[in-house]
Amino acid sequence: MTTVNVIKPKARLSNSNILFLIAAVIFVLMYIFAIITFPASFMQFQTFFDLFNLNAPLIIMTLGLSIVMIGGGIDISVGSVCGLVTMACAVYLEHKMGSIGGAILIALGIGIVFGILQGYLIAYLEIQPFIITLSGLFLAQGLLTTLHKDPINVTMPAFVNLRDFDIVIAWLGAKNRLGVFIPCEIKPGTIIVVILLVILASLMKWSRFGRNVYAVGGNSNSAMMLGINVKRTVFITYVMSGLTAGIAGFVYIMTTGAGNVGNASGAEMKAIASAIIGGTLLNGGVGNLLGAPIGTLTLLVINELIRAAGVQSNFQAMVSGLMLYFFIVLQSLIMSLRDRTRIRFTLPPWLRLSEKAKSGNHRET
Amino acid sequence: MSKLIKNFSHLFLPISVMTLLIIINLIKGADYFRITMVNGAFYGNIPNIFFGASELVILSIGMTLVTAASRGQDISIGESATITSAIFVLFVLQANEVTVLTIVAAFLLSCVAGLALGAFNGTLVSVFKVQPMVASLILFTGGRSIAFMIDGKLSPILANDISNKIGTVIPGVPIQTPIILTVVFIVFVAVLFRTTNLRLYVETVGINPNAARLNGINPKKIIFLTFLIMGVCTAVAGFIAVNKAGRHDSVNLLKLIMMDAILAVAIGGNSLSGGKFSITGSIIGAYTIEMLNRTLLRLEIDPAMIKVFKAIFIIILMVVASPVVRLFLRKSLDRVRAWRSTASQSVGNSKTPNTNITDMKEE
Repeated sequence: MTTVNVIKPKARLSNSNILFLIAAVIFVLMYIFAIITFPASFMQFQTFFDLFNLNAPLIIMTLGLSIVMIGGGIDISVGSVCGLVTMACAVYLEHKMGSIGGAILIALGIGIVFGILQGYLIAYLEIQPFIITLSGLFLAQGLLTTLHKDPINVTMPAFVNLRDFDIVIAWLGAKNRLGVFIPCEIKPGTIIVVILLVILASLMKWSRFGRNVYAVGGNSNSAMMLGINVKRTVFITYVMSGLTAGIAGFVYIMTTGAGNVGNASGAEMKAIASAIIGGTLLNGGVGNLLGAPIGTLTLLVINELIRAAGVQSNFQAMVSGLMLYFFIVLQSLIMSLRDRTRIRFTLPPWLRLSEKAKSGNHRET
Repeated sequence: MSKLIKNFSHLFLPISVMTLLIIINLIKGADYFRITMVNGAFYGNIPNIFFGASELVILSIGMTLVTAASRGQDISIGESATITSAIFVLFVLQANEVTVLTIVAAFLLSCVAGLALGAFNGTLVSVFKVQPMVASLILFTGGRSIAFMIDGKLSPILANDISNKIGTVIPGVPIQTPIILTVVFIVFVAVLFRTTNLRLYVETVGINPNAARLNGINPKKIIFLTFLIMGVCTAVAGFIAVNKAGRHDSVNLLKLIMMDAILAVAIGGNSLSGGKFSITGSIIGAYTIEMLNRTLLRLEIDPAMIKVFKAIFIIILMVVASPVVRLFLRKSLDRVRAWRSTASQSVGNSKTPNTNITDMKEE
């Protein structure tokens, strides 16, 4: 209780910031732990950069998903949309007419179309987000298999150049076993992650739209009374999530260079988990976009640690489940310690039908 | 009559969807309802739907309760069912001689495991106040791995006579056994709700936990209880699924069934934000989903396209059932009614509006 009393005066941290801080501290501690236990691999900068290089799509998806979650919704279609984009780009690039610019346009287009469709249905027709994005997931998966079933390896020269393009940092690196100095490499995807992170985080932090999202996520009724256009705000969050899913799809194919049915499958659950670890609450209204990459990296470091520790691959899922358990309980304990004085029950707005729907559903016609 | 309509208005959505699907099937081929007798058991489209949806029905019953009380969804049901059925298979396989008693004992053991898993999720949700979806994310991530550990490396095969009978038919009984088990389970749940106050308590907690607490109902206990029931449901569903399949495939058993279960709850006319619920609706919703899947197969749609059609169907369904469209329909219906009543009045009373109406009719 003493800590609570210390925090209580003027400079009381907001929920968003304290959850972000928890995530950040845990990530740093975990990375230090990893360095101590496995100094050979985790001391290298390349290991750290590889976390970004190989998982840039997941981080980008988490960014978009976090915006939706802060706005009080959920989007479980991101992984499938990302997969669909990879396959569409691969098919297009293998076509004679294909060009990289066109592929980028296709990626963004598919993402935005999904975003607009889902956003319209959720925001303006007031349908439950889970159901709509679930059918978006089915739709994307179905379109993916309709488009092409077999893996496609893109062989277009310009694209292969782009795929193999690395930014080399000459002054950072490590010597390999033979004593040859290998500099660090950064994929373009990492740069995209950083740019998007800066843009989206500042958008959420300082722009009017970002503040509207927080207000709507916190309490959509009072946001409406304050004169915020709730429907449009919710709509835009879904469009942004679709857009980031499209970008993630392009980054994915830029990293792997192949379209495959299994691309980014199950990424939606990973993205939700990382957003939650990063301090975004499913209730809405609480969260920090800077937490999104931290959540993803924490999840990835857990996986890397498990791999480095030589746990059998079948049990990796179990260990990461345990870690997730640890996180969730810790978060909830800290939050409940903070709010000990006032117990609140807030209904997550994305699960809430409007009042009209309630009367329609429950025999009060 | 009006009371009847009021009592069943929440079933309007699932039943109308089902009717629509039946009509589509009848257009495709008139022999939809044909039932054939093979080896002393009924087969055909309708029995197959009942057969195929048995796990989904059981899981959607549990999901309805969890949704109603905790205002969230449990996404770990498929994984829980995999774990409980792994324990079931383990117990059956280690027995020297498989008798009915072994099966029953194994089933009870798997029920205990289901209760334990339910308690795990329930504790997180009720005591730690974690969102149900987040809480069940843990089991969702690690569940299949745990089942794999229980199994050992192989996917064990249930090659005994009794589980074969449970999975298909018992000789002399014309109905497939999973259907009977499902019906027994539904009857059991119905009796539970008839004899106890559970429905009232769950609805109270779902509508307003604070008010429930002030009225002497402990919301924590009720939410915990719903998760325990969910655990039993997963155990029963896992039992049926593993006996149907005849082997325990811990990677693919009941994969992604939580999506279908949540969909069943929503199609059944239940609000996903808790409160009042209708288990009948969920059951019909579950059968509707199975019917939809089989209809798409029956229409000979390219397997790659099936998911697209399913998605489009669900979207159209939810748009039609959405509050905004409903309100619009109701308003336009009222307008038509008002117009009609003024029309009928004006025919008897005055002549001036009469001309208007005739004008309108001409248009």
